[in-house]
Amino acid sequence: MLRVDDLVRPGLGPLRLHVAAGECVAVAGPSGSGKSLLLRAVADLDPADGAVSLDGAGRESMAAPAWRRLVAYVATEPGWWADTVRDHFTDWARALPLVTRLGLPADCAGWPVTRLSTGERQRLGLARTLVTQPRMLLLDEPTSGLDDAATAVVEELVAEFRADGGGVLWVTHDAAQRARVASRVVRIRAGRAEEAA
Amino acid sequence: MNAAAIPVSNLDLALASMLVVANGALAIVLRLRIAGALAVATVRMMLQLTLTALVLIALFRTVSPLWTAVAATAMVGFAGREILARQERRLAGWWAYGLGTGAMLLAASLVTIFALVGQVQPDPWYHPRWALPLLGMILGNTMTGVALGLDTLTSRLARDRAGIEAQLALGADRHEAMRPAARQALRTALMPIINAMAATGLVSLPGMMTGQLLAGADPEQAVRYQILVMFLIAGGTAAGALAAVFGGIYRLTDSRHRLRLDRLAG
Repeated sequence: MLRVDDLVRPGLGPLRLHVAAGECVAVAGPSGSGKSLLLRAVADLDPADGAVSLDGAGRESMAAPAWRRLVAYVATEPGWWADTVRDHFTDWARALPLVTRLGLPADCAGWPVTRLSTGERQRLGLARTLVTQPRMLLLDEPTSGLDDAATAVVEELVAEFRADGGGVLWVTHDAAQRARVASRVVRIRAGRAEEAA
Repeated sequence: MNAAAIPVSNLDLALASMLVVANGALAIVLRLRIAGALAVATVRMMLQLTLTALVLIALFRTVSPLWTAVAATAMVGFAGREILARQERRLAGWWAYGLGTGAMLLAASLVTIFALVGQVQPDPWYHPRWALPLLGMILGNTMTGVALGLDTLTSRLARDRAGIEAQLALGADRHEAMRPAARQALRTALMPIINAMAATGLVSLPGMMTGQLLAGADPEQAVRYQILVMFLIAGGTAAGALAAVFGGIYRLTDSRHRLRLDRLAG
C-alpha cells in the first residue's frame, strides 16, 4: 500500500519502508533518531528526496493537499488554529461519536482550545484526522499523554481503521504497545532503518 | 489670495539655533551626557538638508528624466534598508532586502506616476519638483506599512507554526492555512494610515499642509493637496503591504504546500 524508497532528508535515510493494506508497522528508536522526521517526510510536510507512493500512485502525481488527505500525519502535540474545539472540525456531527468514544463530553464543542489538557488535545487531534477518512495514518506517539483506559480506546480505533483496510505507521517508545498494535517493528538508529522481527 | 512666502535669512537661523545651544548648555550643566549626541545630530541635520538642497537645486535646473530616476531609486533604496532594520525575523539571503524593497518600489512608483500623470500633471510629468516630494511622502508611509506587514507575517507564522502545519496535514492548501496570518499582517499594516486619516486636521496638522501654508498657499488649495496626498498614501500603503505580505507567503511556503520557516534567517 505505502511504499517508501531511498527516502533522504538531512538527518535521515536513505530509508526503505513498506506498509501493506491493513497493516500497522511500529517505528521505534531512541529520541532524536529521526522518527518524527520520517513521518513528516512521508506526509510531505518537509522536503525530502526519494520515491513515496500509495497504491502505486507516486505522491508527485497529485497535489500535496490531496496526498496529505490520503496519508494523514497526526503530531504528538496537535496544533490548533481557531478558538473553540468545534472550529477545528469540518463536520462536528460526524465527529461526535468518535469524540465521545474517546471519553470527551458531547458539550466540549464550545470549549476554548486553551482549556484543553494535553491528553484531550491528543484525543481530539486524532478524532479530527479520523473523520476525514484517510487511507494511511502516520501516528507520532498518539498516546504519550493518555491514561491506560484512553490508550485502549485509541488502540481500538486504530484497529478498526486497519480492519477497514487502512495502513498505519505508529511511532511509539512503549515496547508493550508495539507488541499489542504492530505486526512489524522498524528501528531507526541515527537516521537509518533496520527491520526487527 | 496667495500671500508671498516670508524668506528665512541666515541671521534668522542663527537666532533660532540659540535654542539648540541652550539645550546643549543645559545638558552639560545637568550632566545628562547627551550633549555630544545632540551636537552630532544637529550638525548631521544641517549637513544632510544642505546636501539635499544642493541636489534638488541641480535636479530642478536640469529637469532630466535620468537623474530624477536616479534620485528616486536612491530614495527607494534607503527606504528598503529602513524596512530591513525593522524586521525582527528576516528572510534568508537576498530576499530579506529584496522583498520589502521590491514591494515598495512597485507600490510607490505606481502611485506616484498615477498622481503625476492623472492629477498633478506638471510639465514635463516627471518634473523633479513634483515627482520627488510626492514620492518621498508616499515612500515614507508605504515603508511603515510594508515593514509592519512583513514583521507581523513572519512572527505570526513562527508563533502559529503548529496550527498551520496541523491544517496542512489535514489537507488544507497553503492559502487556506496562511489566511489568518495574512489577514492580521494586512490589518496591522493598514492601521497607521487609517488612524492618521481619522486624526488628521483634529489632532495633527500634516507637515505638507503646514509647509504650504507657511509658503503662502491658500488654505483651500493646501487642504485639497493634503487630501490628495492622503489618498495616494492610503493606496500606496495598501499596494505595498499586499505585495510584501503575499510575496512573503510565497517565499515562506512552496509548491508542495509546505511551511518553509527554514527560509527565515537563523
